[in-house]
Amino acid sequence: MTAALRFDPIRLPPVCEALRKEVRAFLAEEIAAGTFDPHKPNREDTDVPEFSRKVGARGWLGMTWPKKYGGHERSFLERYVVTEEMRVANAPTRRFFVADRQSGPVLLKYAPEHIKMEILPRICKGELCFAIGMSEPNSGSDLFAAKTRATKTDGGYLINGTKIWTSSAHIADYMIAIFRTSPPTKENRRHGLTQFLVKMKQPGIQVNPIGQITGQYEFNEVVFTDHFIPDDHVLGEIDGAWKQATSELAYERSGPERFLETYYVLTELVRAVGNNPDTRSAEGIGRLVAQVHTMRRMSVSVAGMLQAGKEPVVEASIVKDIGTIWEQQLPHRVRELAAFVEETATNRETLEKQLDFAIKTAPKLTIQGGTTEVLRGIIARGLGLR
Amino acid sequence: MAESENIVAETAEKIFADLADAQTINHDKKGEWKAPLWQALTDAGLPLAWVSEDCGGSGASLAEGFSVLSAAGRFAIAVPVAETMLAGWLLAQARITSPAGEMTVVPASPKDRITVNADGSLSGRARGVPFAKVAKHFAVLASDANGDFSIALVDAGKCRIDAGLNLGGDPSDVVTLDRVQPVAIKPAPKGFDQTRLMLMGGVARSLQIAGALESMLEISVRYSNERVAFEKKISKFQAVQHNLARLAGESAAALAAATSAADAVANATSFNDEVFLEAVAAKIRCAEAAEKGGSIAHQVHGAIGFTVEHILHRYSLRALAWRDDFGSESYWAVELGRLIAIRGADELWPLVASR
Repeated sequence: MTAALRFDPIRLPPVCEALRKEVRAFLAEEIAAGTFDPHKPNREDTDVPEFSRKVGARGWLGMTWPKKYGGHERSFLERYVVTEEMRVANAPTRRFFVADRQSGPVLLKYAPEHIKMEILPRICKGELCFAIGMSEPNSGSDLFAAKTRATKTDGGYLINGTKIWTSSAHIADYMIAIFRTSPPTKENRRHGLTQFLVKMKQPGIQVNPIGQITGQYEFNEVVFTDHFIPDDHVLGEIDGAWKQATSELAYERSGPERFLETYYVLTELVRAVGNNPDTRSAEGIGRLVAQVHTMRRMSVSVAGMLQAGKEPVVEASIVKDIGTIWEQQLPHRVRELAAFVEETATNRETLEKQLDFAIKTAPKLTIQGGTTEVLRGIIARGLGLR
Repeated sequence: MAESENIVAETAEKIFADLADAQTINHDKKGEWKAPLWQALTDAGLPLAWVSEDCGGSGASLAEGFSVLSAAGRFAIAVPVAETMLAGWLLAQARITSPAGEMTVVPASPKDRITVNADGSLSGRARGVPFAKVAKHFAVLASDANGDFSIALVDAGKCRIDAGLNLGGDPSDVVTLDRVQPVAIKPAPKGFDQTRLMLMGGVARSLQIAGALESMLEISVRYSNERVAFEKKISKFQAVQHNLARLAGESAAALAAATSAADAVANATSFNDEVFLEAVAAKIRCAEAAEKGGSIAHQVHGAIGFTVEHILHRYSLRALAWRDDFGSESYWAVELGRLIAIRGADELWPLVASR
């Protein structure tokens, strides 16, 4: 008997709707002030430090973390609302997004107290940017093939090797990375990797930008040469990173960013088509809206189940699998539907520019943060096939 | 799910498991399983679940009734339990007492209209009416020359029925009313129109499709863990694993869309754009999932799943057939697209994020 999939019909509580109004008002102010242009996709090389600090000042970073670390002890559903509103508005979240979603929770769980007290409040203020050091030139989806070495030395470790495809490394203040502290064992090939907190912009770290097909330079190669990391920057168990790597993934996989990455082209298509669409446009838009609505219901459901203390690992992986494929296909479907839009549509140029960018962005969506193939392996395991 | 929902759903599940086991009924060519199943469902008060006790029903909540429909989908039930529930619900809107026995609703497509004549009789033609051939009565929604809606109870024997079958082999008939005098007729509540009926039927079909997909996933996973090819279980092949993961995704999407729509309808205080989005999105997405998911289930089973002897078709073909009832996904996509266009681009996200 297969374990049944669950998608409880979670509704956002009233507190979320009040919060949503606040976020929308804030974003409208920032757009009016020229901080960012909502018609331009969330270009990931756009770094807007003052926006990051304003979001922190509003109390929208570290929302679910304990107050003693600068957090706000609010629910995951409230964080969900902030995340989706920022994403749909194309707000420049690059500087704080990784720290807030992923790095902060890792530190909360595994960092020594004095490090938590030092760093977490600064994430909450929007002062710090984090990168994630997982992939290496010969180790991508196969995370446990990582070779970059951390060699024990007096008071810490010396790091030698190369991380690659590291988003935001060129602006990051810190990186959370896995390095090899021991060789794998015969019984467990995942053994021997340790998670570290790396302070960037230090001797022994060289960041080389890598151009992407979108024209951006958003990810990097990061070369470590005898870079020193003190003992208290070890996160969790030595050689035991494999036990730590999976627990936060449900949050990482099922958020609104997993299906809204190219959403802006749908809004712009509706604008271009106008208020009296032909049958073809109406059907196309109707289907896409039904699909995005369904994705969001699934994603909110997983958020609600996480908030309730459940562990919907398979459900979260399904959200990312079908959500990223949907957002990858969306610009192509919109392009098809836009083919017969009147040449005179006032936003035609905006839509075409957005489509260019979204179509170039699309291939990465099913690769970053766990490929479709890896996700389907996880789903298959949950179904009892492996 | 509230506890009372569980009890109603468990009752339905138990009856279906005892009297409508797919393997057993698939071999019963004469359909002898139908009468005992219908009797047990009637004894449990399920066909008239949505009818209050003073109108002859068992007075279950909308949510409880929806849980019965999910179970009916999981068992690909081929007696008119969903149709009788919908008919009872429609009659109850006008406080018309439901009779005993099988019923269905007329019309069952948003494109067909039944009219109330000046003398109070009913005329019109409704295509694709599920189980009309076996129903004793019809719950009819009809409109008069002013466009005002009435709800009527009609004796099926007074209508012309041209029998047909849907993709799943269940009755899907053309019902023609030619100045038929109803058993009872009352005005529909203010604001109640054909869209309301179609959306309620659509949510029912969405839940049934989602239920059928849950079963298709389960039997496909089970089969892949039993079937050996190239000297290993086919579940160990990555290509098969990935196909089943996609089937799980389609099943999950259908389940999430359908249960969300049912929850929205069950708790709606008014019938606004948000509830409309929930209901039509479920019908559209579940129909898409029926196609994509069903084809994977068949692919995993190979030739055996294409045989009459195997139970897979009971789920796969019914899920495809249910797409057509109460407005197809294409029809509702056009309606939804028009609504989105009229609201305008800047009102799209507020609608999607309304709950």
